[in-house]
Amino acid sequence: MPDRAFGGGGRYWAWLGVLATLIVAGALAYQRQLALGLGITGLSRDVTWGLYIAQFTFLVGVAASAVVVVLPYYLHDYRVFGRITILGECLAVSAVAMCLLFVFVDMGQPARALNVLLYPTPSSIMFWDMLVLAGYLGLNAVIARATLAAEHRGVPPPRWLGPVIVLSIPWAVSIHTVTAFLYSGLPGRHLWLTALLAPRFLASAFASGPALLILLAMLLRRLTGFDVGREALQKLGLIVAYTMTVNVFFVLVELFTVFYSQAPEAIDHFEFLFLGLEGQAGLVPWMWASVILAVLSLGLLLTPRLRRDMRLLAAACAMVFASLWMDKGLGLIVGGFVPSPLGEVTGYVPTLPEVAIALAIWAVGSLLASVLFKVVVAVRGEPGGPDSHSRSVRAPVEA
Amino acid sequence: MRDRGLLVGGLALFVAVVTFPVWYNVAAGTTARGPEPVRPAAAGRCVAPTEYMRASHMSLLMAWRDDVVRGQERNFVGPDGKTYAKSLTRTCLGCHTNKAEFCDRCHASAAVTLTCWECHIDPASLRRAGR
Amino acid sequence: MSVDRRAFLGAAGLCALAVTGTRSLEALAGTGRPETAPQGRRVPRWGMVVDLRRCLQADGCTDCIAACERAHNVPRLPSRAHEVKWIWREPYERAFAQRGSGYADEALRGKLVPVLCNHCDNPPCVRVCPVKATWKREDGIVMMDWHRCIGCRYCMAACPYGARSFNWLDPRPRVKEVNPDFPTRTRGVVEKCNFCEERLAQGRGPACVEACRERALAFGDLRDPGSQVREQLRSRHAMRRKPELGTEPSVYYRA
Repeated sequence: MPDRAFGGGGRYWAWLGVLATLIVAGALAYQRQLALGLGITGLSRDVTWGLYIAQFTFLVGVAASAVVVVLPYYLHDYRVFGRITILGECLAVSAVAMCLLFVFVDMGQPARALNVLLYPTPSSIMFWDMLVLAGYLGLNAVIARATLAAEHRGVPPPRWLGPVIVLSIPWAVSIHTVTAFLYSGLPGRHLWLTALLAPRFLASAFASGPALLILLAMLLRRLTGFDVGREALQKLGLIVAYTMTVNVFFVLVELFTVFYSQAPEAIDHFEFLFLGLEGQAGLVPWMWASVILAVLSLGLLLTPRLRRDMRLLAAACAMVFASLWMDKGLGLIVGGFVPSPLGEVTGYVPTLPEVAIALAIWAVGSLLASVLFKVVVAVRGEPGGPDSHSRSVRAPVEA
Repeated sequence: MRDRGLLVGGLALFVAVVTFPVWYNVAAGTTARGPEPVRPAAAGRCVAPTEYMRASHMSLLMAWRDDVVRGQERNFVGPDGKTYAKSLTRTCLGCHTNKAEFCDRCHASAAVTLTCWECHIDPASLRRAGR
Repeated sequence: MSVDRRAFLGAAGLCALAVTGTRSLEALAGTGRPETAPQGRRVPRWGMVVDLRRCLQADGCTDCIAACERAHNVPRLPSRAHEVKWIWREPYERAFAQRGSGYADEALRGKLVPVLCNHCDNPPCVRVCPVKATWKREDGIVMMDWHRCIGCRYCMAACPYGARSFNWLDPRPRVKEVNPDFPTRTRGVVEKCNFCEERLAQGRGPACVEACRERALAFGDLRDPGSQVREQLRSRHAMRRKPELGTEPSVYYRA
């Protein structure tokens, strides 16, 4: 079945070529980082985590969001999601792979990565994060593979898959909860020191992930004719509308608590993000762009007439994705470090090699997603395959 | 089995590539013996028998490392009953003063890259550099 | 018997998992090496008292910092971003985050006070380390194992005192005068003050305490009511940095 990835036209191979080029460029930059140390990044004593860990955090959300299609489809037997669910699972696999790579390139001593397994430390949230992420990668890979293999052979999915799928649902919630705990359990980091961080992470994940999935499904239809169906996209759009609303609500709740209480510690971080502190205002345009995009996207998503227009839905999804990427993939991590616990305001700008490495990891993820989607489209499009007309294979879990 | 020729040929090529280093060294007349470490001239006894040190010095050093850093056990009682400080730079290099001829020759020959010296300092080379 | 590629790869994966997994399980069950100090003797609880009045008498003195840097091969890096600090000077209001002190503490405002790792009783850095590269010893010293650190910098995010530094670049060429009795560090690991545990093992006090001509730094056993540090804490008001976080620092400051 994996051999299906090797079929494909010139456009497919050209795209893979572009990604490969980015990966090679990033690999060269990483070699430099290995030789010289993380000093070649824009990170510093005060801002110790930046682009890499922020991308990791954002992508954990994208990975977790597969649950938004998996849960209705398998648990509630919601057939409309029949074709998009497998895409969601493949997206999750690619996203987790990127997460692990981002953590890896952030390590000062990558050669000692296995120490996490050799000296397991249950008191550390990072230990648990590694466990749940690796587990989630395994779960989704197994589920996607087994479903697709069954379809390939034209038989129903194996029985054992049911419990595995059910397990993957709370597991998806766990990966983003644990990732939020990574930050929210630290004394002295007041931007993160809030019980709302995990719910906020989940809400933003369940908005940004499905938004990306809608965009990818639309792209796939245009490029290959593989159609997940208008109803599925509309339903997913509705989910994005709700989750994005909840996310914005959570942010407003946070802002109220911080600004009405007037406790200075957390205010400083928001001031740094939205107004700039001591002349350091690099994130200000990004944060405001994120706010504006969030408001605009909500306008589109919450107006049924506009949401039903597929092109406007696509625009809204692009805005949601961009807005949340700026919020989580840039602001949330760096903002937590500025000002430092001692009140030091240090700027952070990623360097060129750092950006090249990050881009390369995004390229690895895109490559993985492209190849997986290719296999899905090829298997689903088989003449005798289940999708030649309607889905004939029953979902293994019945609600 | 239409591919018999291809299979056998491929296998032969594989074996040839895998065993290439052997043939190369036979042709070049290389011997399997690595260089002998140069032992200190004015040596007394080592902390453990030579045979053991030759085979397991790395395990001993790793154990010392963990004992000192993590276990706060800084003294080592050798098989001869004598007590030594568990210190690479003081105890080991105290006798084996020539790191280049004692450590590096074998490690270089065996292509073993050590990370010890990224942090730990060879006092003799420091003295030479200061001169 | 026929083994197809998939079954073979599956079996290989399971074997790999079994090999690495057993190590993890062993470690979790605690069957490996014990990681604590040998029992059977009265263990002190090391602590430090900084007499701010005495320290500020010698305004601009950096003897303690110099002594520490010499003893531990602390590198001097040109850019502030990459600085490595064990004991350093910080403006009073930053060290104590005393925003709410109003007109109080006027005498101390803007003064540079020495700060270092607090060797907390309840250290957040230890809690978060995923590989036990940093841990709290029985005598209270928060130790670092530079052989084990993976350089994830989680401890730096967790420390509310900014006491931890990362080796962004190779520190060796940036050490002015190398002390062969103490290792330098390699790039990619975190470091901080170790309360001179290597000197304590030889029965000597910390280098900074020894170097201070004003005798503004006192070091001793906080568990011993008769010790000099306890005496000092009894005689005048003393404070700790960020007590509200529950980290229980063992470095005190006499006002």
